[in-house]
Amino acid sequence: MFGYAEGLEGLALWLPLIWAGLISLAVVMYVIMDGFDLGVGILFRPAQRENWRDRMMISVAPIWDGNETWLILGGGGLFAVFHLAYALLMPALYIPIIVMLLALIFRGVAFEFRFKADSSKFLWDNAFHYGSLVATFAQGVVLGTFVQGFTVVGREFAGGTFDWATPFAMMTGVGLVAGYGLLGATWVVMKTTGELEMWARRKAYRYLIGAIVAMAVVSIWVPFLGIEIEARWFSTPNIYYLAPIPLLTALVAFGIWRTLENERQYWPFVLSICLFLLGFLGLGVSLFPYIVPPSVTIWEAANTVNSQLFALVGFSIVIPIIFGYTIYVYWVFRGKVPETLEDSGYH
Amino acid sequence: MELDAFILSRIQFAFTVAFHIIFPAFTIGLASWLAALEFRWLRTGNPVFKNLYKFWVKVFAVSFGLGVVSGIVMSYQFGTNWSGFSDFTGNVLGPVIAYEVVTAFFLEAAFLGIMLFGWNKVGDRLHFFATCMVAIGTLLSAFWILSANSWMQTPAGFEIQNGVAVPTNWFEVVFNPSFPNRFAHMVMACYLTTAFAVAGMSAYMLLRGRRRGRETGHTLRMEGARRSLSMATAFAAIFAPVQIFLGDLHGLNVLAYQPTKLAAMEGNWETQAGAPLLLFAIPDEEAEENRFEIGIPKLGSLILTHELDGVVPGLKEVPAEMRPPIWPVFYSFRVMVAIGFLMLAVGAWSIWLRLRGRLYDSPAFLWTCVAMLPSGFVAVLTGWFTAEIGRQPYVVYGLLRTVDAVSPVTAGAVAASLAAFVVVYAIIFTAGTYYLFKLLRRGPDEHEVMPGQTPAERPKRPFSAAEERLPGREGGRAPAE
Ligand code: HDD
Ligand code: HEM
Ligand code: HEM
Repeated sequence: MFGYAEGLEGLALWLPLIWAGLISLAVVMYVIMDGFDLGVGILFRPAQRENWRDRMMISVAPIWDGNETWLILGGGGLFAVFHLAYALLMPALYIPIIVMLLALIFRGVAFEFRFKADSSKFLWDNAFHYGSLVATFAQGVVLGTFVQGFTVVGREFAGGTFDWATPFAMMTGVGLVAGYGLLGATWVVMKTTGELEMWARRKAYRYLIGAIVAMAVVSIWVPFLGIEIEARWFSTPNIYYLAPIPLLTALVAFGIWRTLENERQYWPFVLSICLFLLGFLGLGVSLFPYIVPPSVTIWEAANTVNSQLFALVGFSIVIPIIFGYTIYVYWVFRGKVPETLEDSGYH
Repeated sequence: MELDAFILSRIQFAFTVAFHIIFPAFTIGLASWLAALEFRWLRTGNPVFKNLYKFWVKVFAVSFGLGVVSGIVMSYQFGTNWSGFSDFTGNVLGPVIAYEVVTAFFLEAAFLGIMLFGWNKVGDRLHFFATCMVAIGTLLSAFWILSANSWMQTPAGFEIQNGVAVPTNWFEVVFNPSFPNRFAHMVMACYLTTAFAVAGMSAYMLLRGRRRGRETGHTLRMEGARRSLSMATAFAAIFAPVQIFLGDLHGLNVLAYQPTKLAAMEGNWETQAGAPLLLFAIPDEEAEENRFEIGIPKLGSLILTHELDGVVPGLKEVPAEMRPPIWPVFYSFRVMVAIGFLMLAVGAWSIWLRLRGRLYDSPAFLWTCVAMLPSGFVAVLTGWFTAEIGRQPYVVYGLLRTVDAVSPVTAGAVAASLAAFVVVYAIIFTAGTYYLFKLLRRGPDEHEVMPGQTPAERPKRPFSAAEERLPGREGGRAPAE
């Protein structure tokens, strides 16, 4: 297939493709869902009023844990079906991953502790904000490192502890902060009312500009990384198939701008999700079929057929159920968050 | 001992997993306890149960939060620090862990939102359903992770291909020889841990009420503390003996599959017939003998082989480098067993007091319950130390040594991450304990539900669970007790 999986057929050919799709789904779900609640955290300190902070936190408190579970599925899924990739990527990304985990600890406990605290509330405000910010940046660094590629010898990572510390990865780190900030701001627009909503709208413009600039810079930078991604984009006939991606991206960004201006409630958030989906598609086109770029393909990293099948049986039954009750929970907590703590169930 | 990436990774793993397990041990028990309380409330309409629910759900929320954040760390550490392990076992354990995520974690996380924030958004029955889903989720989670851990202790249903383990029979993988025992022993451990924690906290509230001269008050709050104490001690009285029985079965299983570990647990150097049961000893690893022993002759053989002169294996069966560290295994096993018998004694005492109608009035008993509050946690930790350290030098018993499992990371990186974990966990643990005690000092709320109300009459007043703001440390105490 595509000149990568010569000699494989049947399940050995198709299962890794299906699984690559499923793991990508988990990652996309994670990035969008935890993206907006991390984004709310990024906006948290700038939102100076206590009442604003309360409302912002309430808007995500019942659902953040479910959102974060997609991250466990991303990691666990890699371990489950591409365990070689898991064993290679995790040591290579040791420091950014540990930093992300530590940051997520702070932002996770803040949900419980902030509302139990009196005099120490500011501590958990900061834990929530900086935890979200640092976790997002670390995820952006992971993304950038992934695009750059890894040094692999045999079945082991053979690079250095700080291979990830490049200007490019720092750039993607900042870019992701802007991206999650956009998701968070448009989420707050959707979930709140009054002054807070207007404030979030203003914030959303800035994060939108940041995200667009970041996407543009990354697209221009990639050809200079010395990896073969640009050949894939700029050779004929690929360029004809792929040209719609950047065009659509521009269109969606314009859409977000307009709907923010027109005081639409849902559209800015929905279109921000589309922006992420397009970015993800671009990334997929660039990197497929490598799971540890630039050397290990999904077929090389895949578990045995038996192992992939066992996991697939369960996933095909359980994932639709998960979607079912996740939608139900979002539906239970639909609508705008009340303006005061008392009315929202916080008292 | 050189502090290389290997040793540091072991310390880091042991530290983070020991931290993590404290919270599941409590939340697995509390989730079921909450489901039981809500069930009784729906059945009887007695507001005491609802009041208790609303108190314990706050305790649950704090513990659950700490369990979640420390758990996520665990699932990434297999890769960051033990990539050799991930590579070797990935085909087998990867899917098992993934099943835990999709069947257990999503269920818990999704319904947790409704459980904590949904009272005024869904009906009573749906809320009860959500509580049950969370409880089931925690048990499913224990099921899968213990299956994975048991496979590492007693691997089955696989073959080695190209140097890695490849599954051949999934049923044998999941239900490997030590899994049924371990699952039963662990779930019971969680329930007992929770029972003693609940009993301890309730006894504390009763003692405090008594100190203030209100012990006869029929207020909802005191009534709640009495009910919890009664339910928890009844549970302990019934299930402490069961746990001892399960533990004995577990020991027989260890004898069959990991004789060296058993020898370390027993402090037994020579393979011998009619081995004593050592109550206390000072094992000397250099001299390969015990320097000091107090034991009951022949009892060791009797317990393990059910014959007075049965032969039990000794440590000297294997060369020194294939033995686990003896001290930690030997002592932690004894601590766990001692706590098991203490729990039995407290259970028996509670029956005796109950029969004489004095369960709530014996200060000595109440103080004992307070003292036993952390006992379950200690037993859980020492039990795991026994199981995990006793398995060394292997990480997958007989197949993969722990040294070969470590990631190609530098000692510096692991030292930094370990230091960071210690600092961060110390902070969140302190904060968590502080807020739990704050909840405890305040006790269950009184004003939420008035006596005599049935679920149907419950006012549709919004309120919250864990997120409820608490009054200040002093001064701002809640309305009268
Ligand atoms: C006997 C039970 C048990 C044991 C031995 C472990 N856990 Fe655990 N874990 C649970 C029982 C549990 C739980 C009851 O399901 C938790 C505790 C509190 C919670 O939120 O869920 C949980 C949470 C939890 C989470 C967060 C889930 C969420 O977001 O809801 C992860 C990723 C892990 N664990 C992973 C692990 C790993 C990798 C372990 C082994 C090294 C481990 N756990 C040992
Ligand atoms: C939750 C309760 C648990 C506790 C308290 C615990 C405790 C420990 C301790 C103290 C060690 C260190 C032994 C040593 O290095 O001498 C260890 C090792 C290990 N455990 Fe566990 N464990 C638990 C559960 C699990 C589970 C469920 C798994 C896997 C699914 C697991 C996987 C491992 C691995 C891979 C090691 C080897 C690394 C090492 O030696 O540090 N543990 N554990
Ligand atoms: C007299 C009573 C008890 C006996 C004879 C007993 C026996 C055992 C044995 C033999 C093991 C080792 C399994 C292995 O090495 O693989 C074990 C492990 C363990 N025990 Fe106990 N136990 C007792 C009481 C308790 C109590 C009261 C608790 C907690 C409340 C507890 C919690 C644990 C835990 C968490 C483990 C580690 C996980 C496992 O391997 O199951 N035990 N126990």
